[in-house]
Amino acid sequence: MEDTGIGLWGVPLAIFAGAIRVSTPFIFVSLGETITERSGRINLGLEGTLVFGAMTAYAVAVMTGSPTLGVLAAMATGAMFGTIHGWICKWPKVNDIAIGIAMMQFGLGLAFFLGKSFIQPVAPKLPSIPLGSWSAVPQVQAALNINVLFFIGAALALFLWWAFKNTRVGLILRVVGDSTDAARAMGISPDRVRLLATAAGGSLAAIGGAYLSLYYPGSWNEGISSGQGLMAVALVIFARWNPIGCFLAALLFGGAGALGPALQSVGVTQGYYLFYAAPYVLTLIILIATSSPTRALAGAPGALSLTK
Amino acid sequence: MTKLLSMNRRNFLQASAAGLAAGVAPGLIGSPALAQTALTVGFIYVGPKDDYGYNQAHAEGAAVIKKMPGITLVEEENVPETVDVQKTMASMINLDGATLLFPTSFGYFDPHMLAMAAKYPKIQFRHCGGLWTEGKNPANTGSYFGYIFQGQYLNGVTAGYASKSKKIGFVAAKPIPQVLQNINAFLLGARSVDPTITCQVIFTGEWSLAVKEAEATNALVDQGADVITCHVDSPKVVAETAAGRGAFVCGYHANQSALAKDKYLTGAEWAWGNVYTNFIKAAQSGGKLGNFVRGGLKDGFVKMSPLGPAVSAEGRKKFEATLAEIMAGKFSVFKGPIKDNKGNVVITADKAYAEDAIDLESMAYLVEGVVGSTS
Repeated sequence: MEDTGIGLWGVPLAIFAGAIRVSTPFIFVSLGETITERSGRINLGLEGTLVFGAMTAYAVAVMTGSPTLGVLAAMATGAMFGTIHGWICKWPKVNDIAIGIAMMQFGLGLAFFLGKSFIQPVAPKLPSIPLGSWSAVPQVQAALNINVLFFIGAALALFLWWAFKNTRVGLILRVVGDSTDAARAMGISPDRVRLLATAAGGSLAAIGGAYLSLYYPGSWNEGISSGQGLMAVALVIFARWNPIGCFLAALLFGGAGALGPALQSVGVTQGYYLFYAAPYVLTLIILIATSSPTRALAGAPGALSLTK
Repeated sequence: MTKLLSMNRRNFLQASAAGLAAGVAPGLIGSPALAQTALTVGFIYVGPKDDYGYNQAHAEGAAVIKKMPGITLVEEENVPETVDVQKTMASMINLDGATLLFPTSFGYFDPHMLAMAAKYPKIQFRHCGGLWTEGKNPANTGSYFGYIFQGQYLNGVTAGYASKSKKIGFVAAKPIPQVLQNINAFLLGARSVDPTITCQVIFTGEWSLAVKEAEATNALVDQGADVITCHVDSPKVVAETAAGRGAFVCGYHANQSALAKDKYLTGAEWAWGNVYTNFIKAAQSGGKLGNFVRGGLKDGFVKMSPLGPAVSAEGRKKFEATLAEIMAGKFSVFKGPIKDNKGNVVITADKAYAEDAIDLESMAYLVEGVVGSTS
């Protein structure tokens, strides 16, 4: 009997690998939502954008044979969804949360409708970078097969963190997000900034969808997302609107999500439903631990309707 | 008030439909034989009907009966196992005039289909997978299922020859009897080749969770499992992920050889077309539809995918011999003595269950050699 298992080491390895594999959609959706919310608007519709992006990317990859084109097409549709949201929300007395929910349902329905004929075909997958060739253990090699989108997401988190503080665009975004009146006084059009911020957010969320359908798990069907877009919106609040926080929170979620299957695979088989709840329990614990009765949510953009 | 109104409308439609059937229809359609053959049949699926899996298998069956004369087929996909399915059934009955319904997902049975059956006693309901009990469940309901665990046993035989690590893996949705039968049969098949083989099972907790299924498959391969099969609604993700990691794949529900290519050993597939054809023939000829319909490989309810190129000559020989025994009705998958994985004897040495043994439909254990737990 040839033993190729890696025993208990499988658990930390699975959490590490899972953190990288599962987190990427969370990273992109939460970074996108951070941009939108920093401008003072909430787009709850990113779940719909994510799924529509997944469908578009898959469909375009099937038709053209190029996963890269698929990602670009997804970005374009994501930007379109964001633009629709931003455009509707500029009208007076329109509630952005309600529009977000409507856009979510619209995106899901449209994706299911248009994606019908793409459930069967197999699309070419996005390439990954084999960083594990130094290791002789195939499990480690597999865990270190990392998709290029993950690195782009990490770099983007760093860039946004820097850009919010140090660039003109970042400053404009934050002014609009913190005080609509101050922005107007400065001669900035808040509606236009928010429109662009929502479009950019949608475009990023759609990349998350493309990752789902073109890399991991790498298939298009109607249950592909199972609520990841919604979770990512919640992650933004959890990460206090900080891009680097979003990145870390996404990793945490990915890793905690891998815990359930990994524990079962090493023989800890009792109570797996409980382990599957790990990401949510973890969120609750961190939120409670970091909450304070004396101050409001630190880092929340002032014009965000969440805090009104 | 709205509810009241809609009830009235529904009752009105029902009454007028009944009136049509009783009074007008025979006048319009001369021969009663012709009137008998016109039949509207409703199919309800829990997921998309081209999912390479459970729903696709049923939809392929529905496509077979669609071609039969006099049949109008109404289908609805992605219907959750909630009160939604009751609404779908009501609309198929009241608006489409369906008189025979096939709600195909496990969770539709109790309470949803039973509630609708009590409300519409003239409509026939046949459910896939439920355990219909005489006296307890209404006479206008029934259940049908296939002994697909025979297919999983044969999957296990090919896995037993293909596995080098002597460890095989199973991605399962929920620990219900039919899933447990499949896990156990898969291992027993593999152990008929080599009794040292173990099977690691991971439950995902849901019928369709793409990311978790991929994670589970990766975790199994990380732990050294080199043949993977599954019981989830759409085996597409499991088959692709496992083959991508270099493990062999045994299919389930439908043929996934296009996804796993040369890593595909064989697969346990449904052959629902035969089953639905029998139901429709009975309904059209005015005969009685069975309330408890079961069958396995020899009854044509289940079939095997063609063997893949990775199956050795030795494996092929054993596979074909076992299949021949099953087809002759001489083979028992669950044959004592069998212990569960906690050490209790669950099937005594003198017992050999035929595939239609009713005891098997309430299976609640994993056999010795399966690493996993039902809770």
